[in-house]
Amino acid sequence: MQKLICAGLALLMLMLSACSSDKLTPAEQGINTQTLLIANGDEPRELDPQLSTGSPEHSIHLALYEGLVSKNSKDLSIEPAVAESWEISDDGRIYTFRIRDNARWSNGDAIKASDYVWSWKRSLLPKFGSEWAYLKYYVKGAEAFHKQKNNNFDEVGIKAVDDKTLVITLNEPCNFFLQLLDHYSFFAVHPATILKHGDIDQAISKWTLPENWVGNGPFSLKKWAINDVIVTEKNPHYWNADNVKLNAVHFYPITDKQAEERAFRSGKVHVTYTPQLAIEKIAWYRENQPEALRIDPVYASYYYEFNLTKAPFNDVRVRKAFAMAIDRKLIVERVTKGGETAAWSFIPTDPGGYQPKQYYNYDIKQARALMAEAGYPDGKGFPPVELLYNTNDNHRKVALAIQQMLNTNLGVQVQLLNQEWKVYLNSRKNLEHDIGRAGWIADYLDASNFIEILASDSGQNHTGWKSDIYDSIIAELKKTTDSQQRFKLFEQANKILADEMPVLPVYNYSDVNLVSPAVHGWHGNVMHYHPYNNVYLEATP
Amino acid sequence: MLSYIVKRVLAAIPVLFLVVLITFILVRIAPGGPFDEERSVPPQVLENLNKRYNLDLPVHEQFFSYVGNLLQGDFGPSFKYPNRSVTEIISTGAPVTIELGLYALIFAMILGCSAGVFAALRPNSWRDYSAMSTAMIGICVPSFVLGPLLVLIFGIYLGWLPVSGWGYSPGDKILPALTLGAAYAAYLARLSRGGMLEVLNQDYIRTARAKGLPEWQVVIKHGLRGGLTPVIAFLGPAAAGLLSGSFVVETIYQIPGIGRFFLQAAFNRDYTMILGTTIFFAFLIILFNLITDILLVWLNPKLRSEVFNQ
Repeated sequence: MQKLICAGLALLMLMLSACSSDKLTPAEQGINTQTLLIANGDEPRELDPQLSTGSPEHSIHLALYEGLVSKNSKDLSIEPAVAESWEISDDGRIYTFRIRDNARWSNGDAIKASDYVWSWKRSLLPKFGSEWAYLKYYVKGAEAFHKQKNNNFDEVGIKAVDDKTLVITLNEPCNFFLQLLDHYSFFAVHPATILKHGDIDQAISKWTLPENWVGNGPFSLKKWAINDVIVTEKNPHYWNADNVKLNAVHFYPITDKQAEERAFRSGKVHVTYTPQLAIEKIAWYRENQPEALRIDPVYASYYYEFNLTKAPFNDVRVRKAFAMAIDRKLIVERVTKGGETAAWSFIPTDPGGYQPKQYYNYDIKQARALMAEAGYPDGKGFPPVELLYNTNDNHRKVALAIQQMLNTNLGVQVQLLNQEWKVYLNSRKNLEHDIGRAGWIADYLDASNFIEILASDSGQNHTGWKSDIYDSIIAELKKTTDSQQRFKLFEQANKILADEMPVLPVYNYSDVNLVSPAVHGWHGNVMHYHPYNNVYLEATP
Repeated sequence: MLSYIVKRVLAAIPVLFLVVLITFILVRIAPGGPFDEERSVPPQVLENLNKRYNLDLPVHEQFFSYVGNLLQGDFGPSFKYPNRSVTEIISTGAPVTIELGLYALIFAMILGCSAGVFAALRPNSWRDYSAMSTAMIGICVPSFVLGPLLVLIFGIYLGWLPVSGWGYSPGDKILPALTLGAAYAAYLARLSRGGMLEVLNQDYIRTARAKGLPEWQVVIKHGLRGGLTPVIAFLGPAAAGLLSGSFVVETIYQIPGIGRFFLQAAFNRDYTMILGTTIFFAFLIILFNLITDILLVWLNPKLRSEVFNQ
C-alpha cells in the first residue's frame, strides 16, 4: 500500500514537471507573435467610449478607437490622428478639421465628418446619460442642449461642412481643447452599427459585443470573455496600419494586486496596469528586477479633505496647523516609497509650465502656535476626530503615519476609520467625515482641472467650503487664453487654497508599473497615457 | 419516494422567495448606491440612470416588478455591465464555477476519504496522528494563504504549473482545484475517520472478519457503506460551500467563474447582480441538500422505510 502511494506521488511529480520543461511562457510566446499581454485591472464596465468612465476602459479604448487628434506618448504634444490637419480661427473659437481620405472604420466604411456630429449629438442627449457630457460644455450650445434648454441640435457648434470637413465652434477660446478631443468621450462611434442595435439614445445596447462591434482604432475587438480576457487584433483598415507593429493586444482583467504581480513574474503578462503596486513589492523589484520597474510622476494629487461644516475644522487655524504638522517628505520616502513627491499645494506642478508657490512648510512650532491660538494648547481640549479612508492597505499605511505625526506634533487624537468603497463615497458625499482621504487624477494637462473640483458647486468638493472669489477665478479662467495670465490666475487660486486650507495636500502620485524589458516604445508620462501604435516586442539579450 | 421529492421541491419555493425578499431589503439598506463613484455623477445624469433601471419607482413597486420579471426567467440587466444581462453573466460564469467545484470535490473526496480510512485502520498509531494532523492544518490554513503559497512553489519557483487562467492549458485547473478542495479534504478526512472507526467496531464487521474475508473486502465492501454516511451527509453543504465560496480562489487564479461576480456585485452595489447570484446560489444549496437527503435515504434502510411508509 505504502509503495503504491509513493509510486503514485512520484508519477504525479514527473507529470507536473513534464508540463513545464522547456515550454515558453505566454509572455515569451507573445514576443514571437507580437502579441502584447496586459494585466488591466478591473473588468471593463463598457466598451462604448461615450459611456465608459474608468481607467481600465481607457487603456482598451486606446487600442479600439482614435480621436480627431492624439498625443505623442513621449512628450504629450498633440499629433494629427483621424484629422490630418486643422485650423484655428484668430479669435480661438472656431476649429476646422480636415479628416483624412484614408480614415476608415474597422468594417471598411469611410469616416465622415457627419459621424462626429451624430456621435456628439448622441453623447449630449440627456436620456443617453453620458457622464462626460459636461466636458463638451466648452462647445457652443452644448450645455443648453444637454440641459434641455434647447432641443435643436443644429444650434450646437459642431457642423459637417462636407464629408471630410468638420467645424467646431466654442463658447470661448479654450487652451486645452485639442487635448480634450483626445478624451474618449469625444471619439466618434459608427452610427449604422449603433442604430442596428438600438436607438441613438439607448445606453443599454449589444453593439460593443465582438460580433457587432465597429471602431476606428489600430486594433479591432475580436473576443470579450467576461472576467477572462479581451482580445484585440490589428485592424487592417486603420489609416496607419502599416506602422503598427503589434499583431494583437490582450487585456486580462486582474483585480488583485498580488495576483497581478504574480502574473507578471511568471510570464503571463508583459505589462501590469495597476498604478499602485503593493509597497513591499516595489522594494523587491528595485533590488531584483530594476529593469522591469517603471516609476513615473503622474499629474494627480493625493490629499485629505477637511469637513468645514463642523468643529473643530471650521476653524482655519486648526486646518493650517494640521497641514503644517505633517512631514510629507517622510511619508513619501519611508511609507509610500514609490517615487511619489511631497505636495505642499493642492495643484501639482503643471507640465505645461506652471509652478505653484509653496506658502507653508513642515513647521511644528508654527503649527503648535496656531493650535494654541485656536484654543487647543498642546492639543488640550481638542475633540477626538476621525480620519476616513477607503479600505486599502496603502491608504492605511499613510493614515497611520499621519495619525502618529499629529499625535506627536500636536498632541491630538485621531481615530482611523476605514470603510468599504461605496460606504466611504456615501459618507464623503453626505459630509459625515471629519477628515477624508481623496485623490484626483487629471483628465487633461491643465491646472484648471484641479482648481475646478473645489468650486462651490462642484460634485467633487466634499469639504463644505465655498468661496466666491475662488469661483470668480474659475469663471475668469474659462475666458482667458493667455498662458501668463492663466498662470497668474492659477496662482491666485493656489494662494486662496493655502490661506483657507479646505484640503490638505499629501503627495503627488506616481505611476508604478511593471513593464517587461521586451516591451519597446512604451513611454512613461504624467498622464498614464500608453497608446499601442508604436509599441513592439523584442527579446532582450 | 417521488412524493417525498415533490414535497421537498414545493417547500423550496417559499424559501427562495424569502431569500429574494431579504436580499432585496438588505441591498437597499446598504449605504451607497450603484452609481456612486469617485467622480460624482451630475444630478441630471443620475436621474436618467435611475430611470433606466426603474430606481425612480417606489421600492415596493421595484420589488414587485423584479419578482414579476423573475417569474419569467428574467434577472434584469446588470447595473455594472450594462450590455450584459444577469442571466447571460450567470450562464457564462456558472459552468466554470461548477467545473472548478467538481474538481475540488473529487480531489477532496479522494484525498479526504482515503486519508480518513487510512487513519481509521490503525487508530492512535503514527499513521492516524500524521493523517489527522495534516487534516487539521488543512482546515486551519485559509485558501487565501494556501493559494499564493502553492502558486509561489509550483508556479513561480518550480515553474511546473500556470499561475492563473482557466482553460488555456490542462495544468491551469490543478492548483485552483487543490486550493479550493484542501479544506474540504481535511474535513472529509476527519469525518470519514470517525465514521469508519464507529463502523469497524460493529458486530457485523467482526462477523465478516470471523468468516475469513480478506481485510480489503471487509473495509471496502462492508465498512465503507456505513462508514461514509457522515461524509455523504456533509457532501451537500460541502458542494454548496465549494461553489459559493469559490470567489477567493477565482480571484487568486483569475478564473472567470460566478464567484467573482458574486463578490464584486456586492462591492459595486449591482442590485440585480447581487439578487441574481444570491438566488442562483440559494437554488444550488437547496438542490444539493435535496440530493444529499435522497442519497442518505437510499443508503440507510431505516430512513428508507420511514420515507416509504409515510
